[in-house]
Amino acid sequence: MIRPDAPVLLEIRDLHARVEDKAILKGVNLTIRAGEIHAVMGRNGSGKSTLSKVLAGHPAYSVTGGSVSYRGENLLDLDPEQRARIGVFLGFQYPVEIPGVSNLEFLRVATNARRAEKGEEELDTFAFEDLVRERLKVVQMDPAFLERSVNEGFSGGEKKRNEILQMALLEPLVAILDETDSGLDIDALRIVAGGVNQLANADNATLLITHYQRLLDAITPDYVHVMAAGRILRTGGKELALELEQRGYDWVDQELAALAAEVA
Amino acid sequence: MSASLAAPAAAKGAWLEAWLAKLPAAHGELAPVQERGRQALRQTSIPSARDEDWRFTDLSLLQTLPLAPAAASAAALPAPAAGAARLHWHGGSDPLAGHTLPAGLQRLSAGEIAQGLGHTLAAAGCQEHWPVELNHAAAEHVLALRVTSRSQVSLELVSAAAEGLQALRLLLLLEEKAELDLSQLVEAQGAGLHSLVVEAHLARGARLSHGLVALGQPDAALMAHVAIEQEPESKAQLSSITSGWGLARLEPRAVQVDGAAHTTLRGLQLVDGQRIADTHSFVEFKGPEGQLDQLHKAVAAGQGRSVFNGAVRVPRAAQRTNAAQLSRSLLLSDRARIDTKPELEIVADDVKCAHGATVSSLQTDELFYLQSRGIGADQAAGLLQRAFCEEVLRELPAAARSWCSLDRLLEAAA
Repeated sequence: MIRPDAPVLLEIRDLHARVEDKAILKGVNLTIRAGEIHAVMGRNGSGKSTLSKVLAGHPAYSVTGGSVSYRGENLLDLDPEQRARIGVFLGFQYPVEIPGVSNLEFLRVATNARRAEKGEEELDTFAFEDLVRERLKVVQMDPAFLERSVNEGFSGGEKKRNEILQMALLEPLVAILDETDSGLDIDALRIVAGGVNQLANADNATLLITHYQRLLDAITPDYVHVMAAGRILRTGGKELALELEQRGYDWVDQELAALAAEVA
Repeated sequence: MSASLAAPAAAKGAWLEAWLAKLPAAHGELAPVQERGRQALRQTSIPSARDEDWRFTDLSLLQTLPLAPAAASAAALPAPAAGAARLHWHGGSDPLAGHTLPAGLQRLSAGEIAQGLGHTLAAAGCQEHWPVELNHAAAEHVLALRVTSRSQVSLELVSAAAEGLQALRLLLLLEEKAELDLSQLVEAQGAGLHSLVVEAHLARGARLSHGLVALGQPDAALMAHVAIEQEPESKAQLSSITSGWGLARLEPRAVQVDGAAHTTLRGLQLVDGQRIADTHSFVEFKGPEGQLDQLHKAVAAGQGRSVFNGAVRVPRAAQRTNAAQLSRSLLLSDRARIDTKPELEIVADDVKCAHGATVSSLQTDELFYLQSRGIGADQAAGLLQRAFCEEVLRELPAAARSWCSLDRLLEAAA
């Protein structure tokens, strides 16, 4: 939902970042307002997953230039946990398995960390169980998964549902979903996308990182951005995703070559 | 070299000589054992880094410890589980005085003790080990029980002691198909030395689940041997937790006298500061078709040192043995040190013997995943350490499990 007067939630300006000695992001600009759904598409290696990790504060990536402001606050100054507490959520492409840590306990600790930040009271085990059982419906998840270790032995689809369940509990204002569609069959994709649609509202925003159009059949984006060589090369509406699907990414190379020629 | 023939006084240890000199004359039911131990200690040297089995484990802490008999002290524990018998025992008196044993447990007679004591230590090849001789020299009583119960009976042994020396000797004879759940706590509440020697003989088809929780202090040492002798079709599980000791040496030793038994060993040791925890395990199969399932875990922080040596002996008679040993260590500081070594001696050719060892630090990806959900770095690290320990803790008998507050364990490794 595009409302030009909606408040800006996330403002990325000329963002540069590297991992080890390799520059990956080379000047990303993106403005996200409340109520909007954005999709960032691009080939493998274009920098789209790096963008998501940098926004969440992964320690392996270092920001070398530019700024990211979240509701007016400098996001890059904050630890990963602080970013999560104030409402930035990263749905992982490969959710991490943590044997020995109970999924239920993990979800409760995380939910309470977010609630404390919002000035809400901590939920005890019983109150939390009520909440989590209600939110399980968002992704049609079997409560048995609460009793297992975090993501341990979960199938690809179950891991992604668990990500969306976390999103449902944490109620972020900016949800960045990194290749949430990868490794999902049609049914799982429908359930996960349905969860994302249920959680999107006028006050929050969603940034979908994806390689394929098929996720965007299920979640309609307001904006589609094409990323290449660490920058956003083009921005359009949902029709841009269809165009990509038809033409493939080869034209991106031509545009990049043209850009390089201009610079030279 | 003639100089080495006469061991220098320092190697014997002036502190040890002084302690031996102050001991009361051998007395009571264990008088012959005391004589033997004292004699042995006088004639042998204190183990040092020159002995392969003690290469990484410095015993110099011992010379600083108070060694007068320790007084019993209360451990803060939840009430015993329904149906479980709890004995408070600090080695200085008869632990069974005034107690009625639950059905299925009987006190051994003096004759039976004389006959049985030392049998399993000999079978497990450790009757002359220095820590065992130390226990021989010091222990005044043996807690000696026959287990006849065909259904699981739960026994809790609580040995908490204030400053000084606590020497505990336990002898268990499990009859055919008898079952025992033993939760044992050894807790130091002051400086001192805690010596434990356990012998358990399992007749055919018997089952023993022994959870040993040993909680120490920086100025306390634990020297423990748990020897288990198994007849065919018996099942023994020893799950041990050692935490907080300035020096802890634990030797779980199991011997399957005719093979065809099942041995499960679970160990968790936590060290930080300048502490040392050392587990030397030994399992021997003297017949075919025996099984071993062993997992040893260690958490080392600060400048702590963790040592694990896992010996498994599979002679020619032990065909179709199936043994698996895994050592997993978590290194929380770059100044901590972990030495882990499997020691497999396999002569039989038709056997499965798997072994593995990993040493890792907390995984960045796991930490980041937790942090990305709003969980602070310290709390995330705590959750991951807890998860690492949980794999062993969950295998303790229920009572022993309830004595191991993870918070307390992790405090010792923080």
